[in-house]
Amino acid sequence: MEPMYTGSYQVAKDDYTSAGHASADIKRQLKQIGVSGDVLRRVAVASYEVELNLVIHSLGGELTLNVYPDCVQLVSSDVGPGIPDLNMAMKEGYSTASEMARSMGFGAGMGLPNMKRNADDFNIESTVGVGTTITMGFHLR
Amino acid sequence: MTIADMVAVLNAKVLVGGDKLDTPVYTACCSDLMSDVLAFVDEKTVLITGLTNPHVVRTSEMLDLKCLVFARGKIPTDDILQSADDQGLVVLATKLTAFSACGVLYEMGLRGVPVPVQWDQEDK
Ligand SMILES: Nc1ncnc2c1ncn2[C@@H]1O[C@H](COP(=O)(O)OP(=O)(O)OP(=O)(O)O)[C@@H](O)[C@H]1O
Ligand SMILES: [Mg+2]
Repeated sequence: MEPMYTGSYQVAKDDYTSAGHASADIKRQLKQIGVSGDVLRRVAVASYEVELNLVIHSLGGELTLNVYPDCVQLVSSDVGPGIPDLNMAMKEGYSTASEMARSMGFGAGMGLPNMKRNADDFNIESTVGVGTTITMGFHLR
Repeated sequence: MTIADMVAVLNAKVLVGGDKLDTPVYTACCSDLMSDVLAFVDEKTVLITGLTNPHVVRTSEMLDLKCLVFARGKIPTDDILQSADDQGLVVLATKLTAFSACGVLYEMGLRGVPVPVQWDQEDK
């Protein structure tokens, strides 16, 4: 099915200054479409976490918002480096974040588990040397 | 208790949102770890922090927080304050340390945001 609304955002590696702009815009667009309350908040939090991961951990990637009549979908896909051990990465507290990321208040190893908790559907696929794709669905109503 | 009461006990400077001081507040959290705040805070609350980078304000925006308190006299840059203003946040600065700010607010009746924590193998 074709989405009612689509938005795409390029997210650059190490761009801490702009990090979060895509998620702020996603939140704004969804609000305009009429998404509110608990769902809006869960999408916003998951979006911010996944966007920050693109900045902190990936070589660069893209964040895409798709809105369907009954669900909001977020897709993050990057061009590497990929995650060697997904089970480990999904554990609370596991982090390889840089000093820079930590000094900004990140690197607690909470992002991926938090995305999984906030999304109704969560899927992560990663291949070392190729990249990581995370797809999250949030049911409307 | 309202944000105005917080301003009084913290002897705080109102940096942004002076028109919203009558907003009622019931809970607060204190952290410099934005990823913890994003993971555990799920109500419109107050954040007390010692970090003054743009991500504190962006985290607040994602969570729809009501009020940010910068501790130990720290004041963020104007562009950070501007983005806080754009999203309708109230921003305060106090000379108290984060610990002392939390202490006086607790004494006034503010309580921590409820966070469910379960240790492995703990008796339920
Ligand atoms: N897009 C990605 N590309 C490569 N590695 C990633 C990516 N996303 C996450 N990781 C790896 O998974 C780990 C866990 O990610 P998670 O978001 O849970 O924690 P964090 O980003 O390190 O800290 P926090 O999210 O609490 O700020 C990261 O430290 C990193 O090693
Ligand atoms: Mg993360």
